[in-house]
Amino acid sequence: MYGTGKVLIGILIFILAFTSPILINMAGGKASVKANPVLPQSGKCIESKEYMKGYHMEMLDIWRDKVVRQDIRFLKKADGSYYMLNGAKAEMSLTKTCMSCHDNKAKFCDECHNYLDVNPYCWDCHIDPSLAKKGVTK
Amino acid sequence: MGIWFSLVAVAALILLGLLGANVSGLNYIFAVVIPYIAITLFIVGSIVRIVRWARSPVPFRIPTTGGQQKSLSFIKQNRLDNPSSYLGVLGRMALEVLFFRSLFRNTKAELKEGPILTYGANKWLWMFSLAFHWSFLIIFLRHFRFFTQPIPFFVPFLQDIDGFFQIWVPLIYMTNAVILAALTYLFFRRVFDSKIRYISLPSDYFPLLLIAGIAITGILMRYFFKTDLVAVKELMLGILSFAPSAPSEGLSLWFYLHLFFVCSLLIYFPMSKLVHMSGIFMSPTRNLANTNRMRRHVNPWIDELKMKPHTYEEYEDEFRKVMKGAGMPLDKEESHVS
Amino acid sequence: MSLKMKPEELAQTISYKPPKKHWMDVRVEYKKGSYNYAGNPESLKYVHQPNPRKWQPYEENWKLPENWKEIILEGFRERIDKFRSLKLFMDICVRCGACADKCHFFIGSGDPKNMPVLRAELLRAVYRKEFTLAGKLMAKMAGATELTFDVLKEWFYYFYQCTQCRRCSVFCPYGIDTAEITFIARELMNLIGVNIDWVMTPVANSHRTGNHLGIQPHGFKDSIEFARDDLEDLTGIRVEIPINKKGAEILFVIPSADYFAEPHYYTLLGYMALFHEIGLDFTFSTYASEGGNFGSFVSHELMKVLNAKIYAEAKRLKVKWILGGECGHMWRILHQYMDTLNGPADFLEVPKSPITRTVFENTRSTKMVHITEFTADLIKNNKIKLDKSRNDHWHATFHDSCNPARGMGLLEEPRYILKSVLNNFTEMPDNTIREQTFCCGSGAGLGTEENFEMRMRGGFPRANAVKYVAENNGVNLLTCICAIDKATLPPLLQYWVPGVEVGGIHELVGNALVMKGENERKTDLRNNPSPGKEDI
Repeated sequence: MYGTGKVLIGILIFILAFTSPILINMAGGKASVKANPVLPQSGKCIESKEYMKGYHMEMLDIWRDKVVRQDIRFLKKADGSYYMLNGAKAEMSLTKTCMSCHDNKAKFCDECHNYLDVNPYCWDCHIDPSLAKKGVTK
Repeated sequence: MGIWFSLVAVAALILLGLLGANVSGLNYIFAVVIPYIAITLFIVGSIVRIVRWARSPVPFRIPTTGGQQKSLSFIKQNRLDNPSSYLGVLGRMALEVLFFRSLFRNTKAELKEGPILTYGANKWLWMFSLAFHWSFLIIFLRHFRFFTQPIPFFVPFLQDIDGFFQIWVPLIYMTNAVILAALTYLFFRRVFDSKIRYISLPSDYFPLLLIAGIAITGILMRYFFKTDLVAVKELMLGILSFAPSAPSEGLSLWFYLHLFFVCSLLIYFPMSKLVHMSGIFMSPTRNLANTNRMRRHVNPWIDELKMKPHTYEEYEDEFRKVMKGAGMPLDKEESHVS
Repeated sequence: MSLKMKPEELAQTISYKPPKKHWMDVRVEYKKGSYNYAGNPESLKYVHQPNPRKWQPYEENWKLPENWKEIILEGFRERIDKFRSLKLFMDICVRCGACADKCHFFIGSGDPKNMPVLRAELLRAVYRKEFTLAGKLMAKMAGATELTFDVLKEWFYYFYQCTQCRRCSVFCPYGIDTAEITFIARELMNLIGVNIDWVMTPVANSHRTGNHLGIQPHGFKDSIEFARDDLEDLTGIRVEIPINKKGAEILFVIPSADYFAEPHYYTLLGYMALFHEIGLDFTFSTYASEGGNFGSFVSHELMKVLNAKIYAEAKRLKVKWILGGECGHMWRILHQYMDTLNGPADFLEVPKSPITRTVFENTRSTKMVHITEFTADLIKNNKIKLDKSRNDHWHATFHDSCNPARGMGLLEEPRYILKSVLNNFTEMPDNTIREQTFCCGSGAGLGTEENFEMRMRGGFPRANAVKYVAENNGVNLLTCICAIDKATLPPLLQYWVPGVEVGGIHELVGNALVMKGENERKTDLRNNPSPGKEDI
């Protein structure tokens, strides 16, 4: 081989660049840690788990548009009747509806979001209700 | 012809990928075994290519000089296009690799009535190639969120910048749109520019289509046909920490296609023109300093050129008489050969 | 030399639309006026080259050795292992097409195989077939083709339609250098005796007599003395011209055309006047009476043996350093190859101008200085007196010769001199000068009569840029620093831009140079009346 030094440096950089995920996992030692969202013990969600996994963000986006832009506040079922929550009509609200069951942002929302580095801008405006109760403000 | 051949090849890959997604017995092979093979072949294959190039020496120092040389003190050298120092070469290579300096010079020659030749600036190829390569890089780096735990600092940074406009949910990344636009340009340029079509081989269309396949399946998965991303990450982390798990049921057909395309690209990479990624660093017209008259460049096989020069002695022997007649100085008065 | 077709007619034949057929299915056609005659067997014999015989490219039987394919493929394999450039350039081209319309032969002919990418593909197709798995298995689908006689004919046609000017290499995103590919392709063909006479006979001449033209020592002396007499007639000063002088400080090497052809000759007069005026202790050599190196147009080995004479003679004459005249490919070899081929020049000293005491640090290893570097330094240090107005009859532009521009970066030195010796100077359009300069169309051994049409086509982009400044700015002189330019640009300009002359930088220096004790200059070095002296 000619120019061995420089070529080896080049190869080393190549290997480091393309095995860096492996190296980061080895160094971090956290590759086996899994996302483990804590689910409510009781109650039934408005949609299936599979649907929610993939599409909750789109649903919340639609809710927001309806509430904010069209002033449609309450959530309807496919047959046109209202969802009820604790004896009242359920609002299309992340904090009031979803989080009435999924009441721990850190243990539910953040689990997967952090696992996949998702940074939804929900929390730019909303605050975690459990924190609000403790008097923490944004 | 080349286009059809490439389309058929990509169609075959799609069928194979669908097979992997739908035949449960094959899931493990497509989700775990093939990725391992692909990563290995990519890394080993690429190194083999580099080593093979490195085994041939650089017999002469042949930089293509793109500007003023370093010579007299009062003449300003172009240190980047005609470097004479190690730093200058690094600068030239950085411009070449990061910003496609040479392609930026591109012009379009046109023959008009007269006849008049004009050379207009033609930056489209430069612009779209650069857009394509940078988008590809950023998209690859963004994918580290699926590859590693903990997630490196650059991922949130890139996601924020790439999704700066905060349009759509999930956010639209600029690179997703840009890479599709760039691929479209690069592909249609090959198809509709008669000169480029004339020189194109199947191996020129194929990688464009394959990468387009990767981009399209990725985009479909992100925005339209959702797959279980937690399951995706668990699978990738398993592979990339050498503790592969059985693929989850939640992995969609689109994911299998996406992954299979990526694996195909990795395998294809080292045996194709795509090795220009590493080859550019070894190009002797770009990575050498123009120090030709300052420092001697040694050619390891120069002595294999056996032919002997015609010596002055032989020359004088042949022309002694006429040289003497013309009154020119001689080394010997008489020839030593009789 | 002439071409029946008028320039406008020739331009109308150019179409950039490629044929319908796949390029591998288009056979080469040897068009009259577009190829060069085969190497003379006597010349091949003199330099011990393979397969000397009488043959011509337009004949069906090239009288090749039985095993010509094996010879070429074996040679190919060997060169892949010897040249990283070749191996890399075979592998990494992505066929982006950026080079396509950068080649003067493509611009002037429209022949798609003159696109640098396709020229290289001619070699790559065989490389893939022989040395890659995909090529072996998939043939045409992988862009591979077997080496056949038809392929060889194509190689010969198109690798002798490349002047190794490197313009494509400037635009290539990977720096793929067609000059390097052409160089090696020609070397491969030379292994079976397929070469051209305009290269091989000058090579044999240069080997024997020290110069391409085959001028013997006494002939050289006669020429130089003739020039001395001419210079005396013009200036009234009789200059000293040492030849083969031992112990001179500087060996001066020039292309042989300088002392045998016009308009080169006026540049020679310019050198002589300049060296006399500054009292330079130099010598010519008859043994190394050629700076050019046609060996470099056919093989590395021939390039080496021809080039060896320069250092050998510098050593024999015990000079301190070497100065080189105005020549293009000569300087590619001197700058990028000589030290490697025939160095180290440890018997020489680092060049230092005896007049200005400037040390040419940029040449401290090779120990050879370009004449424009030397003269620019003289001018900068006010060591010579110049009267620009003596060149007022000229409005000049400058043609960067390919090799000094793209193989060296000698761009500003000649311009600095020009602006010091001349009042009227206009650059040609940006995309046709400096590192983007266009070839004369006749370099690398292609400047023959039989190749005249292809030369006019290849030189079209250059001539068209000259035409632009001739019509818009009144340019009437194309200056250059290359002997092949000086030989081939005049017929080119006569065809495309009649009325524009060709000259060297040192011709204009000679005109402007105010010499101590000279007679009033009634004419310039060409015997044209000097400006203001038209009536005398």
